[in-house]
Amino acid sequence: MQASLSLPPAAPRSDPGPAVFRRSAFRFCGLRREALGLRSLRPAGSTRIFRSPARTPSRKTVTAVSGNGIGSLSKGFDYDLVIIGAGVGGHGAALHAVEKGLKTAIIEGDIVGGTCVNRGCVPSKALLAVSGRMRELQNEHHLNALGLQVSSPGYDRQGVADHANNLASKIRNNLTNSLKALGVDILTGVGTIADTQKVTYGKVGFPDTEITARDIIIATGSVPFVPTGIEVDGKTVFTSDHALKLEWVPEWIAIVGSGYIGLEFSDVYTALGSEVTFVEALDQLMPGFDPEIGKLAQRVLINPRKIDYHTGVFAKKITPAKDGKPVLIELIDAKTKEPKYTLEVDAALIATGRAPFTKGLGLENINVVTQRGFVPVNERMQVIDASGNLIPHLYCIGDANGKMMLAHAASAQGISVVEQIGGTDNVLNHLSIPAACFTHPEISMVGMTEPQAREKAQQEGFEVSVAKTSFKANTKALAENEGEGLAKLIYRPDTGEILGVHILGMHAADLIHEASNAIALGTRVQDIKFAVHAHPTLSEVLDELFKSAEVNTGVSPPSVNEPVTV
Amino acid sequence: MAGVGQLHLGTPFLPSASIRGRSSGGGGSRRLTTRIQAKIREIFMPALSSTMTEGKIVSWVRAEGDKLSKGESVVVVESDKADMDVETFYDGYLAAIMVEEGDVAAVGSAIALLAETEDEIPLAKSQASSSSSPAASPRAAETPVPPSPSETAPEAVSSPPPSPKSSQAAVSSTHPASESGRRIVATPYAKKLAKDLKVELGSVAGSGPMGRIVAKDVEAAAAVAAAAAPVSSVPPKSISDSAAVKAPASPAIQLGTVVPFTTMQGAVSKNMVESLSVPTFRVGYTITTDALDSLYKKIKSKGVTMTALLAKATALALTKHPVVNSSCRDGKSFTYNSSINIAVAVAIDGGLITPVLQDADKVDIYSLSRKWKELVDKARAKQLQPHEYNNGTFTLSNLGMFGVDRFDAILPPGTGAIMAVGASQPSVVATKDGRIGVKSQMQVNVTADHRVIYGADLAAFLQTLAKIIEDPKELTL
Repeated sequence: MQASLSLPPAAPRSDPGPAVFRRSAFRFCGLRREALGLRSLRPAGSTRIFRSPARTPSRKTVTAVSGNGIGSLSKGFDYDLVIIGAGVGGHGAALHAVEKGLKTAIIEGDIVGGTCVNRGCVPSKALLAVSGRMRELQNEHHLNALGLQVSSPGYDRQGVADHANNLASKIRNNLTNSLKALGVDILTGVGTIADTQKVTYGKVGFPDTEITARDIIIATGSVPFVPTGIEVDGKTVFTSDHALKLEWVPEWIAIVGSGYIGLEFSDVYTALGSEVTFVEALDQLMPGFDPEIGKLAQRVLINPRKIDYHTGVFAKKITPAKDGKPVLIELIDAKTKEPKYTLEVDAALIATGRAPFTKGLGLENINVVTQRGFVPVNERMQVIDASGNLIPHLYCIGDANGKMMLAHAASAQGISVVEQIGGTDNVLNHLSIPAACFTHPEISMVGMTEPQAREKAQQEGFEVSVAKTSFKANTKALAENEGEGLAKLIYRPDTGEILGVHILGMHAADLIHEASNAIALGTRVQDIKFAVHAHPTLSEVLDELFKSAEVNTGVSPPSVNEPVTV
Repeated sequence: MAGVGQLHLGTPFLPSASIRGRSSGGGGSRRLTTRIQAKIREIFMPALSSTMTEGKIVSWVRAEGDKLSKGESVVVVESDKADMDVETFYDGYLAAIMVEEGDVAAVGSAIALLAETEDEIPLAKSQASSSSSPAASPRAAETPVPPSPSETAPEAVSSPPPSPKSSQAAVSSTHPASESGRRIVATPYAKKLAKDLKVELGSVAGSGPMGRIVAKDVEAAAAVAAAAAPVSSVPPKSISDSAAVKAPASPAIQLGTVVPFTTMQGAVSKNMVESLSVPTFRVGYTITTDALDSLYKKIKSKGVTMTALLAKATALALTKHPVVNSSCRDGKSFTYNSSINIAVAVAIDGGLITPVLQDADKVDIYSLSRKWKELVDKARAKQLQPHEYNNGTFTLSNLGMFGVDRFDAILPPGTGAIMAVGASQPSVVATKDGRIGVKSQMQVNVTADHRVIYGADLAAFLQTLAKIIEDPKELTL
């Protein structure tokens, strides 16, 4: 599963005050805090995923219906499960539902694959693969250090664009075929919730077809968020949707928003020869990252490149290029609202985050009021109505609920919901969901940032320690001449619990999973440090990271594995 | 792993000798004994690991003028292993930053000055500028900063503190702001380059879309500034004279030293290496200049220069041989240039520049001479704009004034041909009618790109040129 490009919108433009910004900047932490608040930290050795045989009281209704057990679930209903939206979240849920023996349908009004596959992580990875190679080939100094000689590397824009497009269609076909092969019905049209356990769908203007389902999952995802005042023409002022088609490579492009999407595109555009100007509403670039990682990222990914930036400013008005005039971006101070500057650039990419796509879902039919477009859910992804009650049989996963706008988070939420439908209580630990930014070098993270961990530590009265290792000390990284990078571990010295891991460096996105799995499985630092890593590999960065942590307790007493002689 | 966030280091902030308290003691007297009197302390590049020989300044946490308290982080240093915050061990004011972010300094070398009181900031600044001025070039930071902190002589105290921007100011003062009141539109890379190369963006003319300043404009401006800097080096020199006694007052060449390229030298070097990829050949010709010399004598009083006459003659010859005025850039095609722009190489201190006489075939000799004078003046005052020196289609290089009778020029990449002009000298010649006479003759030698210009082309061109010079009435038309 690819990490999504998605980030929550930077802020509602209607009230872009600093307070609001601070809140939205911590969207990740917001949800993390929520997830954290649900339970106290578990004792050593316990699993982080809840699997309790007994159902919670709130699920009594479901228990009554599903009491007959799997197999006879669809009695009286057209389907056991109907999923609205065939993105990565819906796909993941559908696959798991089939595995659980549920009769499943998926409604898609557009094309299978959703944002991630068609307009997000997948095509962007194709562009980033190209930009990474271009960057390597252009770095004469680096190549010389390796003894390589390459003369005047170049690229064919259409060829690059085709690569991205071909990759998207290939993955889309794979997704479609896997659904079909498993016997999931793909229903074409816009899905609307007519009533509890009742969905209508059909093309706009055609009579709706009504189907009933025992359980419904909303997985409608999100669309690029465009603040008011910005006129998107799709040619000179555009969102990631257009940018991924790579119809042209502007000489100078302003990127509004310096989150994952903006950062990844800055990597692509600068590698292809553009100059980039970031416009960021917060006082610093890359506000979502751990501050230390952000600082290093600025040093590695921004400062040496043809990039400049304006922070603490809003793009109040963006006018596309026309009549021989360039794209005009009027910047105002984020706090005082005073006009600050006007940028004249060739193009502007709006990467201010993503807005949930929940219009036309018929939420009013079941008395659900969205919050800034997001569908309110509890920690089990059950939809909450306007009066605060849970709506039975209705779940919402992925970008539409805004808990964690990442493709693989949506999929994990979908699997968690299917588990619950199947009779196993399950609460997803969002703190174990990794995120990655596919710049060169990559950035990845799981769990809390250092400030978040320290805040929580202060509230709950425990110690926090930080360990760091550098890629400079890693043999494989040095062999690749890619010594730039840092891995950072935030942990509890008293229990050895891993609170967060942040990596910036070569293949960071692939390296993070050792840490995310450790968090998901509740593995402690003092235990994982004995795991062996092949030498020489980049994974030794993490090996060294775990080994450098100082934990005040010994190895967790009940050893899971008995020593086996071979 | 040395993943420590904060380091307590006694060494980096060894107190330096106070200027006032400085006695006759030699370099080794910087001891704690002077500490009470010490007012300005040097901040040294700390040794963060046993293997560290130099450190890179990642970022200055504090800015010049900030008040610092003991224990506060001042700078982040990147060693061979990790990045570490370095904190101050004394209260005071961060007076002057001597090694900028991203630059490298040897372990033990001064990277900043810490003043005890606010009043001493200017003093510290002057101290800093005197020691850092010899290595003002930003790229020079690649070479380790000398480990011994510069010794500031007492005179420095009395001299007015030169602003650290003085050299920059000198540059911009000769560059009138392009258009007053108009804001500057420069691309991100252009801005970065301007900062690195210390180019005032207000003085740069933009050649990009909608007149925006792009990277090559800044590079061009820096090359001009670098070329012209020695010419107008009077103000900076006086500063170094007064402030840094140890710094050599005269720009005498120190033998045995390794000198990094200036921006201009770097650009020339790059161009010269690039020229090796062009297959060139040479054709020489001897031209009798008696008629040209007498014409020159006649109209010299009207401000006509020999350079203008040669440029004019060349341009007129080129109108008849457009292929010699063509250029091949990609190795696949070539361009017949629409105008004849004669670039003339001019030696200036520290390099050479090629002001361009545009449309030399069309402009009359008097205007051409005035234009030439204007260009030379501008070149000396480093005011040449990119379009005044980088769009030549044919280059003239004349070493005749040194008595050189013949030489060979390297073809500048992007042009088709260059002509090396020797001195015109009286020679004994045999004429066709069997007599022997004395005539003034000069030798010219054209280097051309054989991908597009062939031997016969050059021969025909030189024949035409010789005819024009030997019967120069066309030149004054």
